[in-house]
Amino acid sequence: MFDTLVRKDRKPIRYLVVDDSVFARKNIIKMLEQFGGQLAGEAGDGCTAITEYDRAKPDVVLMDITMPQMEGIEAAEKIIRNHPEARVIMVSSVGYQENIVAALQKGAKHFVQKPVKPEVLYEVIKYVMGEEAVSMQGAAAGDAQS
Amino acid sequence: MKMELIQPFINAADAVLAETLQCQTSIGDVNMEEEAYRRKGTAVLISIHGDIEGRVILDIDGKTAAAIATALAGEPVNESDQVVKETMFELANLIIGNAVTTLNDQGFRFKIEPPQLHTDAQGMASSEDTEALVMCLDTPSGSVYLNIAMHYNRRRKTEREAVVGR
Repeated sequence: MFDTLVRKDRKPIRYLVVDDSVFARKNIIKMLEQFGGQLAGEAGDGCTAITEYDRAKPDVVLMDITMPQMEGIEAAEKIIRNHPEARVIMVSSVGYQENIVAALQKGAKHFVQKPVKPEVLYEVIKYVMGEEAVSMQGAAAGDAQS
Repeated sequence: MKMELIQPFINAADAVLAETLQCQTSIGDVNMEEEAYRRKGTAVLISIHGDIEGRVILDIDGKTAAAIATALAGEPVNESDQVVKETMFELANLIIGNAVTTLNDQGFRFKIEPPQLHTDAQGMASSEDTEALVMCLDTPSGSVYLNIAMHYNRRRKTEREAVVGR
């Protein structure tokens, strides 16, 4: 059970979830719902992630690394180049040093290794949102919006 | 078979299954297989190229795959569902990704190919270079088989030693 994590204007945090595995996306979306988050968009590859970011302007992007067409690190770099305020969290099972450093150098804010533990993801989102987010004890996602 | 190459896969499989299924797992049978590989159920193959060459097959019978998919999805999943395949791909990605992370931190450089569905009933006999280790992991949802066959890339090993020896 998690405290609802919302923006400081009390609106739900909006997420873009990028992963080539439908299953992995579903799994992460389920966790975000537990945190009181709102799905702004989904993408299965880096190219779609860029267009989805432009369309949805999410608060946080959760980005897989190994994907077809365009990998996550390249997509993160392009999103951050166009939107320096973007908060991109890399989420991958491949968590070796070089990958993490490369992602952070391109502007990603954090890295979460798969399999994703909800408590870890929650803390990372809280850290990345910083003062732009507040946690509300016992509030349901719907309550936070109203 | 070089156990230092295999151990990260065993550890990763054990940890990933325990974490994703939220249960205790135990390592059952471990065999070296010289015969051609015989598929047991839904199988996913991932190839590895670089300092280490080889492949890993994650193999689960239909009922177990559906049970694992159900546990992970939090809703009933049929044996025939696409989500079973998706689950297999994701499990394979998680296990290989975590093992690769360990090996990469030990200095090995290689590339992993995206998972492929392994539909042949049998194939890929072991060779002197790549004898296969078949390992069974027992979970409350059923048994998960890992078939791991890999070896050092000799050319790259020689190149690496030459650089180190300079």
